[in-house]
Amino acid sequence: MKRFIYATAFFAVLIVTWEMLVRARVWSPIVLPSPSMVGEYLIAAVADGSLFEASVVTLKRLMLGYLFGIALGLPIGLITARFQVCKDTIGMLALGLQTLPSVCWVPLALLWFGQTESAMFFVVVMGTLWSVVIATETGVRTIPPIYARAARTMGSRGIHTWIHVMLPASLPFVVSGMKQGWAFAWRSLMAAEIYVTILTGFGLGHLLHYGRELHAMEQVTGVMLIIVMIGLLADKVMFSPWERFLHRRWGTQGK
Amino acid sequence: MTVQTELVNVAPSKLSVGEVSKRFRSKSGVVQALDRVSLDIAEGEFICLVGPSGCGKSTLLNIIAGLDTADEGSVLCDGTPVTGPGRERMVMFQEHALFPWLDVLSNVLFGLKLKPGLTRSERIDVARFYLKLVGLEKFQRSNIHELSGGMKQRVALARALAPNPRVLLMDEPFAALDALTREQLYGDIQRIWQERKKTIVFVTHNVREAVCLGDRVVLFSPHPGRIREDFKIDLPRPRDINSVDLAQHSAHITKALKNLLNTREDEVAE
Repeated sequence: MKRFIYATAFFAVLIVTWEMLVRARVWSPIVLPSPSMVGEYLIAAVADGSLFEASVVTLKRLMLGYLFGIALGLPIGLITARFQVCKDTIGMLALGLQTLPSVCWVPLALLWFGQTESAMFFVVVMGTLWSVVIATETGVRTIPPIYARAARTMGSRGIHTWIHVMLPASLPFVVSGMKQGWAFAWRSLMAAEIYVTILTGFGLGHLLHYGRELHAMEQVTGVMLIIVMIGLLADKVMFSPWERFLHRRWGTQGK
Repeated sequence: MTVQTELVNVAPSKLSVGEVSKRFRSKSGVVQALDRVSLDIAEGEFICLVGPSGCGKSTLLNIIAGLDTADEGSVLCDGTPVTGPGRERMVMFQEHALFPWLDVLSNVLFGLKLKPGLTRSERIDVARFYLKLVGLEKFQRSNIHELSGGMKQRVALARALAPNPRVLLMDEPFAALDALTREQLYGDIQRIWQERKKTIVFVTHNVREAVCLGDRVVLFSPHPGRIREDFKIDLPRPRDINSVDLAQHSAHITKALKNLLNTREDEVAE
């Protein structure tokens, strides 16, 4: 409760200060609009449904690419951990591509797929995939060998050991890899939406882009706020439960 | 199959180790971990393998478990050659090796789930039976990290007992525990061995522990790993690690162990 009060107080002070600075004409509202102007925009955008629609379009792209990236990354990670030859080849490739900022995939995706949903999908998958591959591989490699030995004595073999021992044992790494993959996917999708105009869906990035074109700073700020909110929400909804589970089971520190 | 038939004691196995040799390659050359070691272990016998580190006693245990293979020789379990791990031979390690992603009950259930013929609720009954046997029925839903070292080893014991093996292989399971906890476990393991009728092979470097638990204490010497002496311990059970009789027996064996190490140094000196 105390923590909640502190957090609320902090943000209230922040917003009030911001509002006062704009009203005092410290800078022009064209440069940075006041919170009340941003609020007005948000209310209007919620009312006419454009904000909700854009959020749905963006989140759909994100989730589709992200889930596909995980579904592809987990097995690749397991395989690179299992076979040295895959580690030397695919593992190296993953490491290299992971260091590539995922926004760098946008030009390539445009040339390959044109201004289509496929381009968006590709960029998100590339943002997710390599982080998940590397985290899974690292996770599996750091598992104490005693777990697999103990499982073998109890009759676990092959695929059963991988699903029931190696995967859960590497979960702390896998979850942090998924979190990183999420962050990369989210960033790269925003970049792609700002750069690429496509007709099949008008996402948050587009809203941001047109806000700039129209010099509608309250729209730019408002959409940025929504993007931050979605990021926070995703963290709380998707990762917090996992992290809480891990902290509880493994007995690691966590609040 | 019902819970009752599942919980019935199975006949303990007879183990026969025949001329087993095992070499390891290391940076400093080839190490002869075991050199033509032969050992017969009777049904239901509690046998302790003792020796300084590097004498191959853990290697032998791993070979009996089927986790490692012998370079030469063979291990027979009730006349059948051991070719890999099997449910009739369960292992308890020095580190508890419990799975941190599962709670206590699910850890005990892990091996049971791989054993065919039991329904879900029967498996849970069986797991609860063994948790009760080791005195941890109240901790079913606990996480592993919440348990003390001794409790973790009790869970590991319950997990090893749950598939109802004929042989229990224990690799210095109490080495990392404090003295008081260890003494309690000496009592428990003797009681459980008598109740559940298992053949137990117990590896330790602690002579007193070996004398307290074993029907026989087998002395190993290192480089190359060989069996040097075989002591029969016929003290009445349950044995108390602090008793005078036990101390005398272990003094006798400790002396033999020291002799053996000294003569070895002489051999090297020559």
